[in-house]
Amino acid sequence: MQAQAPGSAGTASGRPDYRWKRPQFFTNPFVRWGVPIAGLAYLVWATSTLSINWNRVAAGIPRAGRIFSNAWPPDFSRSNLIISGFTESIQIALLATALGLLISVPIALLAAKNIMPRGLHWFGRGIIIVARSFHPVIVAIIFVKAVGLGPFAGVLTLTVYSLGFVGKLLAEAIEEIDEGQVEAMRATGAGFIKVLAYAVFPQILPRQVGLSIYQLDSNLRASAVVGVVGAGGIGGTLMNSFRRFDYDFALAILLLIIAIILVSEAISGRLRSGLS
Amino acid sequence: MIRDPSLQELKRYNWRRFTPAQRIGRYVAYLVTVIALVWTIRGLDIYWPWVWDSPAQMADLFGRMYPPDFTNMREILRVLMETINIATLATLMSLFFAIPTAYIAARNTSPHPALVWLGRFILVSSRSVNTIIWALLFVAIFGPGALAGVLAVAFRSVGFIGKLMAEAVEEIDPAQVEAMKATGAGPGKVLMYGIVPQVMPAFFAVTILRWDINIRESTVLGLVGAGGIGLILQGSIDMFAWRQVAAILIAIMVVVVLAEIVSAWLRGKVLD
Amino acid sequence: MELSIENLTKSYGRGKPVLSGLNLKVDGSGITSIIGSSGAGKSTLLRCINRLIEPDSGTVRLNDVELTALKGAALRKARRSIGMIFQSFNLLDRLTVMENVLAGRLGYVNFWQASSRRYPQADINRAYELLELVGMEEFVNQRASRLSGGQRQRVGVVRALMQQPSILLADEPTASLDPRTSLQIMELLQDIAGNLGLPVIINIHNVDQARTYTDRIVGLRYGHIIFDGTPADLDEAALDAIYDGKDWNEEPEEPGSGNGGPTGSSSGGSRSTRGSGSSGGKDTKRELEGARA
Repeated sequence: MQAQAPGSAGTASGRPDYRWKRPQFFTNPFVRWGVPIAGLAYLVWATSTLSINWNRVAAGIPRAGRIFSNAWPPDFSRSNLIISGFTESIQIALLATALGLLISVPIALLAAKNIMPRGLHWFGRGIIIVARSFHPVIVAIIFVKAVGLGPFAGVLTLTVYSLGFVGKLLAEAIEEIDEGQVEAMRATGAGFIKVLAYAVFPQILPRQVGLSIYQLDSNLRASAVVGVVGAGGIGGTLMNSFRRFDYDFALAILLLIIAIILVSEAISGRLRSGLS
Repeated sequence: MIRDPSLQELKRYNWRRFTPAQRIGRYVAYLVTVIALVWTIRGLDIYWPWVWDSPAQMADLFGRMYPPDFTNMREILRVLMETINIATLATLMSLFFAIPTAYIAARNTSPHPALVWLGRFILVSSRSVNTIIWALLFVAIFGPGALAGVLAVAFRSVGFIGKLMAEAVEEIDPAQVEAMKATGAGPGKVLMYGIVPQVMPAFFAVTILRWDINIRESTVLGLVGAGGIGLILQGSIDMFAWRQVAAILIAIMVVVVLAEIVSAWLRGKVLD
Repeated sequence: MELSIENLTKSYGRGKPVLSGLNLKVDGSGITSIIGSSGAGKSTLLRCINRLIEPDSGTVRLNDVELTALKGAALRKARRSIGMIFQSFNLLDRLTVMENVLAGRLGYVNFWQASSRRYPQADINRAYELLELVGMEEFVNQRASRLSGGQRQRVGVVRALMQQPSILLADEPTASLDPRTSLQIMELLQDIAGNLGLPVIINIHNVDQARTYTDRIVGLRYGHIIFDGTPADLDEAALDAIYDGKDWNEEPEEPGSGNGGPTGSSSGGSRSTRGSGSSGGKDTKRELEGARA
């Protein structure tokens, strides 16, 4: 077989050229052209609805410069405020994780197709869906209106937040267990609780522990934020500092938030890989 | 010959579920947890009368929300659309920063170890600052409005997408990259044939997932003035228009659930 | 074609050098095989030729071009003339067979051609012809991940041939294949060396295949060449020296290898020249030791 000089037409044996087209993700040409065009049209329309005031954008750059120069160096002097704020956030996160885990187990059981009698699992699933749909800040506002300002609202908020996340994953884990073990336990004549204790829980426990650690980490981050609407913790301190244009104090708080989240993430990652 | 063991012999096999070391470990863990919880409950500044009153208060609040008031639905839906737009535009915008940052933050593709640190630092900072806090910052800079919201959501998304993409890049099969280098391909072509096809599924899955999360995040931007449904929600709450609040919450829930269904379906198609 | 390697040295970390002062000349066509126990430096040697691994010192010359002195674009240009096939095939799993073989032209096309897959017609023609040559023309639009081991290696060979190389490097190309497919690939390589006049350097741990299919055998031990001759010259003494007294039939297989196929037990204790199968060799050795005890 002779080597072909690149660019020459026709094959070595004189046959007509082969035809090849690259494989396409969308086989239908209408879809292939339609989807990107529709997408582009959407983007143009969406951007236009944003109603950006370009004057303010232009004014924003120098303002950003002023804010950053005011923010540096960060002001750590009001340490008692910082410490009390962070302590409260950590406490909120801890309590909410504990409560959230506690409630998640029964509700996850309620939501599992293989545990609940026909159709009833939708009730549990519904609870979890509602718990997940709302951003914790919205939930915090509602709770603040219901039970007043302060950390109690924060604890309730993050408990719901934990329920939404842990509950969903736990329900999925329960639905994925090995049914054989449940069957075996039922065959020995064990009652519902014992079947749960011996056949279900041992299978989901490793997941549960990993989820708990992850959720504690999540709640720590979220607790810094629910304070923005008055539900306790460092978020309130941060909000006030923004309102009073104390940008250097705000920066100090932000840096500490980042540091704590980093540490918490490292610990939680270490713990979870140590357990698996 | 097999015979049944006597009770005497059975007692000799002292079966315990955990080794002594494990038992001590578990007790310590329990102890630490209990101490932490006690410290928490005693330390928190909770006004207990309000706690006992709270079920009644919650019932009262929910009573006021029923039946939901849908009269302003057109306006609510229009603003909800703006919320979705903010989430979508912000997710796309974040890709422009997230992808290059992921490239330099991944140890196997980064041009220099110092850049790995820089990339990781950028990603961590972006992730650690909550969307609302970014929103506070951008409202302070650019004033209230959807622009601040888009920037806030975008900045937060860079860390999420970038971190997961960097992990995907670090997990690729280096053999394919090696084979491409052996053909004499330059770095751009090696990237395009050796790396990109391997991370494509992860890329789509992560982006779609983040879009889904961003829809939720965008609902609260209005609470700090950064656009979206949050503003109307806050307004209704301030005016104690609880039945409208309920309507808005229901609308939000429907949008979030739909977005989650769409996102799960798309991700299923992408992860073949 | 002339490949000359002079004084090649490479060590990983602070341990003993994997290659030290290695000299090798390969010219003309035909298949040269490199044998030796694992860790003898076979893979390192091959990869130092196209500088996928950077040698610590020494020179490698291919047709009067000093490969070890090249950098950047010049190195990439030189790599085009060196085709390589791998033990794990190293195909782009998520792409089709056609895209995989066209990737062999990446050193020749520009970025836009590569990204839009608009390769020159001559490349497409050549790809089809080569695929027909190896019997893979029906799999043109099949995803590489769905192919069997033998099919993948054939695609790998086509990819390397698409580069229009002056030399083909093969790093244990049959180690992950079952015995029959293994022979198919060896025959394919023989075909290529013979009909296309393309010289092949192949790392191989199956000594019998080396004897049957290759023209020259180079034995490596701890980074030095201690044997260089024809298959006829390779006797028991030479093998003992190369494999350092280890049972060369019992060489630990590379991971994923299919070569440990059923071979039946050997008769008596002598190391017979059988084909693949470390399991057979182990039985032999145990018999010997049992007899002694």
